[in-house]
Amino acid sequence: MFYYLALAAILFSIGLFGVLTRRNVIGILMSLELMFNAANINFVTFNKFIVTDGLTGQIFAIFIIVVAAAEATVGLAIVLLIYRNWRGIDMDHVRIMKW
Amino acid sequence: MDQPQVGLVFWILSFVMLVSAFMVVSLKNIFHCALFLILCLFSVAGIFILLGAEFLAAAQVLIYIGAVSVLIIFAIMLTSNLASKKITQTNENAVVSFFVCFIFALTTLLLIGNTRVWHYAAQGAVKDNTLNLGRYLMTEFMLPFEVVSVLLLAAMIGAIVLARKDKS
Repeated sequence: MFYYLALAAILFSIGLFGVLTRRNVIGILMSLELMFNAANINFVTFNKFIVTDGLTGQIFAIFIIVVAAAEATVGLAIVLLIYRNWRGIDMDHVRIMKW
Repeated sequence: MDQPQVGLVFWILSFVMLVSAFMVVSLKNIFHCALFLILCLFSVAGIFILLGAEFLAAAQVLIYIGAVSVLIIFAIMLTSNLASKKITQTNENAVVSFFVCFIFALTTLLLIGNTRVWHYAAQGAVKDNTLNLGRYLMTEFMLPFEVVSVLLLAAMIGAIVLARKDKS
């Protein structure tokens, strides 16, 4: 169990690094997907090793996958909007929320 | 790690996953990053199979690799004037955030390693994983199931509204 949790922790850290350092909005979204997957691995690991009767962790992981899909849809639509308005998807230039 | 084959498969999968995840956050070409993301999600599906969650592995392949990755690749292609150039893809606080993430990973690993409660042995695999999952979704988790379908509908309509060209 330690190995699975350690794997998820390292994956989460890599995703965190990507979110903090990426300039590209799509790169940030991809790193976000890595972090979602780390959380999913944790849920399924706890479900297998601690909850012996029941599949609550796996059901939560399914919901996380669905919500991540919805988030990716809306996020990429927003990326298209940013691209249309700023002619680029560099996060350093997108600091203005409204004007 | 009850059997040696399972351990071997686990190490291979985790090696592939971590290397490709690192490629996702470090490569300059954003398109290669998306392809490595697909590889990473595949190995996560393999880990799910190792953990006895077959339905979740199938859903991972279908939704993440089939839908989300294709969506990301489409977005990269639609916005390709920045993505295709070999500009630097990281901002100025890369070194600081590398140390932050390294320390975060280290403390998390120490926390996991030092917690005796979590050193459980593997339980037996739940029989009829998919059957039980469907049964739970239709009885105990009925309300979240319906709510999440409404959420998907809202996300779809929202994406269409956002990405539509303005008529004005």
